[in-house]
Amino acid sequence: MKKYDTPLIDDLEKGPWPSFVTEMKKAAKNNEMANDAVGHLEKCYSTKVGYWKHGGIVGVLGYGGGVIGRYSELGNEFPGVAHFHTVRLNQPSGFFYTSKALKEICDIWDKYGSGLTNMHGSTGDLVLLGCRTESLEAIFAEYSSRGWDLGSSGSALRTPSCCIGPGRCEWTNYDTLGLTYALTQEFQDEMHRPAFSYKFKIKASGCACDCVASIARADLSIIGTWKGDIKIDNDEVKNYAKTMDINAEIVNMCPTQCMSYDGKELEINNAECSRCMHCITRMTKALRPGGERGATLCVGSKAPIVVGSLLSWVIVPFIKVEPPYTEIKDMIRKMWEWWDENAKPRERIGEVIEMKGMRSFLEAIGVPPQPQQIKEPRKDPFIFYTEDDIAAYKAKEAEEKKTGKYKF
Amino acid sequence: MALPQRKTDIGPPDYKQFLPPVIQKNYGNWKYHEVLTPGTMVHVGETGDKLWTVRVASPRLLSTDTIREHCDIAEKYCDGYLRYTTRNNLEFLVSDEKKLEPLKKELKDRGFKMGGIGPHITNVVHTQGWVHCHSACTDASGLVKSMMDELYDYFESKKLPNKVRLAVACCVNMCGAVHCSDIAVVAVHTKVPTITHENFKNMCELPTVIGSCPTRAISPDPAKKSVKINAEKCMYCGNCFTVCPPISIKDPERDGVAIVVGGKVNSLRSNPKFSKLVIPYISNEPPRWPKVVAAIKHIIEIYAKNAKKHERIGEWIERIGWERFFSLTGIEFTFQAIDDFTFMRDTMRTSSTFKW
Repeated sequence: MKKYDTPLIDDLEKGPWPSFVTEMKKAAKNNEMANDAVGHLEKCYSTKVGYWKHGGIVGVLGYGGGVIGRYSELGNEFPGVAHFHTVRLNQPSGFFYTSKALKEICDIWDKYGSGLTNMHGSTGDLVLLGCRTESLEAIFAEYSSRGWDLGSSGSALRTPSCCIGPGRCEWTNYDTLGLTYALTQEFQDEMHRPAFSYKFKIKASGCACDCVASIARADLSIIGTWKGDIKIDNDEVKNYAKTMDINAEIVNMCPTQCMSYDGKELEINNAECSRCMHCITRMTKALRPGGERGATLCVGSKAPIVVGSLLSWVIVPFIKVEPPYTEIKDMIRKMWEWWDENAKPRERIGEVIEMKGMRSFLEAIGVPPQPQQIKEPRKDPFIFYTEDDIAAYKAKEAEEKKTGKYKF
Repeated sequence: MALPQRKTDIGPPDYKQFLPPVIQKNYGNWKYHEVLTPGTMVHVGETGDKLWTVRVASPRLLSTDTIREHCDIAEKYCDGYLRYTTRNNLEFLVSDEKKLEPLKKELKDRGFKMGGIGPHITNVVHTQGWVHCHSACTDASGLVKSMMDELYDYFESKKLPNKVRLAVACCVNMCGAVHCSDIAVVAVHTKVPTITHENFKNMCELPTVIGSCPTRAISPDPAKKSVKINAEKCMYCGNCFTVCPPISIKDPERDGVAIVVGGKVNSLRSNPKFSKLVIPYISNEPPRWPKVVAAIKHIIEIYAKNAKKHERIGEWIERIGWERFFSLTGIEFTFQAIDDFTFMRDTMRTSSTFKW
């Protein structure tokens, strides 16, 4: 193997934070591809520019995605990265593993690839970093025969992901792990064979803490919530009062000012609570969500390209989340159908809703307009009315004339 | 040797087989949790069962050798169970309290770093950079390593008013969480791209290229069977390059990074927020990006000194006002910080209430 002189990236082996350069060099000890990746990166650092060729279309038979093809412009100088494709493996819900499963993944990867990984990609996939085109079918056969399928790429449903949910969290309002697994299995075809206008991501968080950042990183954000009272253990509140200024840290920081504390008892006017989670996260032993559990469905978030960044916004304020999740699956299919009819190529669903309007989208998926969907009503008077809308307003007025009572 | 039979559409393995017995038993029945140290916490079930978690820093880019080391440790102390977090840290799941301290000792002896739980700085969500991506205009891994070496005390021990989420994206595609983080670095180009016209007709779809431009700076150039770019309208996002290889935008001397602050995704106290631009340009300075690191550390120190307990950076800034943020940090306010795109009408100050 070539020995590369790497003074620039060597500097990144110093310091307390674990070093990715050390990781690359570990793999490089007995792997030609990883060794050339080290030399290649040093070259990038010395010239301040990347050397990956544009794009790269590779994959496995039967699928239209799952592998990100990559070739170096400097394949002659660094033959080990002439091909350096990435394989996305669909991670288990919540990123739970056994050592046996992980070691098997490593053994296969060492046999065919660079020995380098990302644990994990931002969407959630276990990323296997760097292999040659001719190895892809073998890699797929080895993994799929042992129960591991590819994740997704391209204009498809991308790999769904979730927070740890009921696995290890007292705040979750539904089974994020179970829902994510069920949706992933239900929509295997939509994941592996791109049929959409653009990518579509689903993320599931058990509460408004949103530990998988669904509101910012998923076209469909499924965020757990509840309808009912926050359960208060006032004995535990007393314990917190010993070390915490409850009025300053909890009551006065409540966004809806629906709490009070008289030095003995904490009270919550639950009807006015917006379930932001602040009080619950600060007093984990004293306060817990209560009542009916479910989720809020939000839609539309995306990064800046093309029209600017979007955060997902409320579409369905409350939905039950229980196996076999039929209501959510049906809702997702209706969303896709409308998106498919209305999108131009490379338009995310949030951009299409902006273009076509919420009414078109809500009517297509059968959800009525509700004040929970907006931060505030529109300011301008540029209002669309259908003939049916006017007829309905007129009918209401006719009825009011009869009864002598206004109905707004 | 013959390959095993391939299977399609099987999806990921069922997560249930990877859950430790204590989780299977207490699934959905956790009562509360306590943070014991910045690197450890304990969850208590309704049954009284306890599960200790030890969180360990990871560079995200891992060799198979290191993953095997994770596995060996998990076998020794956790019956082989482990997980990774949504910010790419590693977590050991301990159901036997007797094994907790020995595990921590072994992790320390092996050089693993524990921390990141609670009001601290934890792992940086980041992207591929020069390690793997064709559109990267900086290196993500190198920036992250440089930032976290400097901020390491905040991971391991030093408290902040609330957690500070950091992110790095190596181009404005902003894969990951840059647009919603407390402080984030996004790499930017600063020059209008050039086009190798003779390759355009063979490699690009004209409508796709025109449609890729957020500012409509691209129009057809029939004489060249290509497109032209209006330099007055182009803000170098590079999206035309993404859909058309003969368009070239990389420039080692002009590519650099911008710093955005004040984003968050949770709804605690205030609604989720986008991060906003405060420093429009810093040159790429591999391998350590000293000015970027200094800027981030400076913002964190000013925040730590001025924010109220539990306030995230964005909440602190909205309380004191952006003009005060700029005066407290001494960051120069520039034309680039004034929005001239989608959000302009929402971002101007339509009142006379401001601080001197």
